[in-house]
Amino acid sequence: MYPAAFDYKRPESAAEAISLVNEFGDDAKFLAGGHSLLPLMKLRLAQPTVLIDIGRLADLSYIRDAGDHIAIGALTRHKDVETSALLRQHVPLLADAAAHVGDRQVRHRGTIGGSIAHADSASDLPATILALGAKLIAEGIGGRREIPAVDFFKGFLESALLPDELLVEIQVPKMSNAGWSFLKFNRRAQDWAIVGVAAWRDAGNCGVALVNMGSTPILATSVVRAIADGASVTDAAALACAEAEPQSDNNATAEYRTHLAQVLVKRALETCSR
Amino acid sequence: MSQMIKVAITVNGQHTTAMVEPRTLLVQYLRDNLNLTATNVGCDTSSCGACTVHLNGEAVKSCTILAVQADGENVTTVEGLANGNEMHPMQQAFMANHGLQCGYCTPGMVMAAISLVKDIPNPTEEDVRIGLEGNLCRCTGYHNIVQSVLAYAEGK
Repeated sequence: MYPAAFDYKRPESAAEAISLVNEFGDDAKFLAGGHSLLPLMKLRLAQPTVLIDIGRLADLSYIRDAGDHIAIGALTRHKDVETSALLRQHVPLLADAAAHVGDRQVRHRGTIGGSIAHADSASDLPATILALGAKLIAEGIGGRREIPAVDFFKGFLESALLPDELLVEIQVPKMSNAGWSFLKFNRRAQDWAIVGVAAWRDAGNCGVALVNMGSTPILATSVVRAIADGASVTDAAALACAEAEPQSDNNATAEYRTHLAQVLVKRALETCSR
Repeated sequence: MSQMIKVAITVNGQHTTAMVEPRTLLVQYLRDNLNLTATNVGCDTSSCGACTVHLNGEAVKSCTILAVQADGENVTTVEGLANGNEMHPMQQAFMANHGLQCGYCTPGMVMAAISLVKDIPNPTEEDVRIGLEGNLCRCTGYHNIVQSVLAYAEGK
């Protein structure tokens, strides 16, 4: 199954990539690992006429200790996030979530920046960086800007990135000694989550976000507030879907997803609170 | 006429080159340009793993990689595993343990399994079952496939 025809550009630097996307505008798409974009193109759900292959820009693939946070280059592969000693030590929730993405072959090619820019609410990493309160660094012709994760996911497959911007870095706060849990419920191995939960807790502070419970990843702010107010895990988990807008599909009805999210949030918070 | 691009890919140790359309998938380059037809196309949507090859030593799904993305890189297919007439030990383990039924998934299974044991040299049965989650066997012959991979890891 071929994608529709397109022209192919392979810039040597991020600056050249940004200049190219300005030249071609909405007709162009960045190609990183290609594991979200190429399937869409084969199904004709995306039909860019120009692909700008940034996959070889080695200076956008890194994991660095930046003091209070870990800085991750957008082209860092899931495999490298999953196995990073630095992330296992400081942001184990993200490393564990990356290990749940797709399968081993997919994790050898897919990138953290590609997954986040694709903004699929059913993907594991968007909800995870939302729970962690990460910041996304976007670069355009005019320079760099910082987008808090909470402002990044705008709608179904829609992010706050402008058409001429490239996501270059993900900044994830260190978790210190917070408890954490990533739970992914699916019926088939390697599949997307029917419902997933990314959660961390450090006494009265916590972050909880839901996978596949709406058109965007969902920050469960009612749960977070309840924990801050001293609610029990059971009472807090009952609020899991206060912000969610689950859809029905072949895998699950909205009612089933609602029930599942409450169960998983409770389990996740119990793990975090140990 | 759409754009044509020259790619140069080392496949099973051999230098190969061709003019391709940018939309050419790596699996099509292998099968149609090089006539290396052991690598199969199954689902064509990066789910089934029948098209698994090694790109710079790591298992990847060649139906979801463009040939231009592999330009300048090293690719190994199942045809590149044997040493002359002597099969790779993983191939021997699949034969000894009857790790295949119809055989369609086998090239991808073997390539995924070699990559898995490289990363996890002494895998448990659970490691193998989880590690091969990206490869589907529609005969559902998983049991002997897992036994093959464990036998290979033990016999190394």
